[in-house]
Amino acid sequence: MQAFTTVSGAAAPLMRDNIDTDMIIRIERMTGTTRDSMGQWALEALRYRPDGSDNPDFVLNQPAFRDAPILVAGANFGCGSSREAAVWALMGAGLRCVIAPSFGDIFFNNCFQNGMLPVRLPSDDIARLADACAGGNARVSVDLHRQVVVFPHGEEVRFEIEPLRRDALLEGLDEIGLTLKHAEAIAAFQAADRIARPFVWQPGA
Amino acid sequence: MPRTMFDKIWDSHSIADLGDGWALLHIDRHLLHDLSGSRALQEIEDRELPVRNPELAFATPDHAVSSAPGRTAATFGPGEKLLIGLRSRSAEHGIRFFDLGQDGHGIVHVMAPELAIVLPGLTLICGDSHTCTNGGVGALAFGVGSSELVHALATQTLRQRRPKTMRVSFEGATGPGVTPKDMVLHLIGRLGAAAGTGFAVEYAGPAVRALPVEGRLTLCNLSIELGAKMGFIAPDDATFDYLRGRHYAPQGAAFDAAIAQWRRLPSDPGAVFDREVVIDAADIAPTITWGTSPEHAIGIGECVPNPANAPDAARQTAWRSALDYMGLEPGRPIAGTKVDWVFVGSCTNGRMSDLRAAAAIVRGRHVAPGVTAWVVPGSQRVKQEAEAEGLDRLFLDAGFAWREPGCSMCVAANGERVPPGMRSVSTSNRNFVGRQGPGARTHLASPAMAAAAAVTGVITDVRSL
Ligand code: SF4
Repeated sequence: MQAFTTVSGAAAPLMRDNIDTDMIIRIERMTGTTRDSMGQWALEALRYRPDGSDNPDFVLNQPAFRDAPILVAGANFGCGSSREAAVWALMGAGLRCVIAPSFGDIFFNNCFQNGMLPVRLPSDDIARLADACAGGNARVSVDLHRQVVVFPHGEEVRFEIEPLRRDALLEGLDEIGLTLKHAEAIAAFQAADRIARPFVWQPGA
Repeated sequence: MPRTMFDKIWDSHSIADLGDGWALLHIDRHLLHDLSGSRALQEIEDRELPVRNPELAFATPDHAVSSAPGRTAATFGPGEKLLIGLRSRSAEHGIRFFDLGQDGHGIVHVMAPELAIVLPGLTLICGDSHTCTNGGVGALAFGVGSSELVHALATQTLRQRRPKTMRVSFEGATGPGVTPKDMVLHLIGRLGAAAGTGFAVEYAGPAVRALPVEGRLTLCNLSIELGAKMGFIAPDDATFDYLRGRHYAPQGAAFDAAIAQWRRLPSDPGAVFDREVVIDAADIAPTITWGTSPEHAIGIGECVPNPANAPDAARQTAWRSALDYMGLEPGRPIAGTKVDWVFVGSCTNGRMSDLRAAAAIVRGRHVAPGVTAWVVPGSQRVKQEAEAEGLDRLFLDAGFAWREPGCSMCVAANGERVPPGMRSVSTSNRNFVGRQGPGARTHLASPAMAAAAAVTGVITDVRSL
């Protein structure tokens, strides 16, 4: 997994609640597209007009935000489907961090599997951040080490993140590798469980 | 100390304490489907990882397969490769695979309870957010992304943070025409689509206990629409009667031994939940959504809300854009809105009891002119049972299409879409922008309400028929 330490740049405000993963990447894009080429389809219903041309009103299409690594969004971002392609698509579109008041649980988890940082901030802070960024010439930094978002005028707002997740992200740790260190405990659990709950291990017996 | 059912299952599956409320959890079952499953198995191969316990995994293609009568794997081209990939990789790794037309084939969350792949007290995952459906038989079942799916296939465990607990008690009894779908849409309408975020939800109370298992599956299915990864119902005699004799349930004396264990699962009296919600079942009307989030739910007798009356600025904006997308005017009664499409199916409402409920409304009536109406059974077994009861004929004679099992128009991954701008009443679980196809306008409702819309051509209070 890609490590995450600090990201700086434009922060694109997309202030809508309940942006679901169907909206982030349509399911049809998952049958014909590889993981690495999904970026072009991120948020397509908002990003393109029905004729396929860019929708100039959409924030990521505006020149100031085309290369934005940060998205500032409304509550419950990434709710809905478990598709991890939602994270791949956003990353493919150049984003490394989403700042929102709350996230869908599964999307939130999926971010950490891919080196994307989801930051939860209170709605008031988000509203101020979105306002400060709206003009397009503002820079925002997200520093995972110090757990702060640096607003355009220099104000630092702290965010909470679980230490386990922060460390894994900072180091780009591979979770499977970490888990395999528990191989003996897993084997012991399974050996005991085969006796305690035979019906788990012999379906239909 | 009294413990919740969640605590009991979680603690008994915890292999290691990872600190900060995180645990390494044993996973008892994986379900694999054509979209997420094929990809996960491919990644396993790319990373040269083994599948640790293939005997605990079960695969079936559902999302990207055509539902056209007489379909084959090739009917929907883009899905064929996924299906073939899932089939061959399952065979390679020794994973049970249920192919098109075979008993056991169907939408993963329909076939898993049907075959008793899921049992009380189990942990079950799938690369699919509606895995929570399986909580209806008393399991901790939740959706994961593909990285976690790969992790689980390789290690038979997941690193998970312990969620908070919420109990939703439906007190009293529901009125006429009110189904589990109405109960859960009502709940989401009341609490909002993010209320369950970070929680494991237990549904309880007399109106839940009174539900047959299929209805419990419907109720748990929309847990993720409340924001909760998992929702479940304590197992009881109804659960055991439902599971007894099913293919992957323990058989004979082993089943009775299992029941003895399962009876210890329900939350102890006095167990404390982080949040308690009480809903009076008598308050629930047949419910339908008007907007583009499941929380946009109202009783069938109500009017489309006015954004001017929204509780805050964020919702004002959201309601406006939802009304704009849905082509609805605020303040007008939702009943009477003209409908173009009706879809009966999905892992929410594609089981036998759902088809029977729709059929009860359709009997003696015909699909209204200008309406296209589909019934897509949730599984091969549902299809066969329905045909044995003559429901296929009933639907066909009434002007419905009768199709092959799969997800179909719930998600439109197989190219089966509601055309742009068309209004659909659907028994599925998501009314998101573009969910049933770009520009499609989806109203979520129960099978009976969907059938009522099909035969009248407008959104209709099923109690008036
Ligand atoms: S029926 Fe719909 S919600 Fe259920 S698994 Fe299929 S696509 Fe997902």
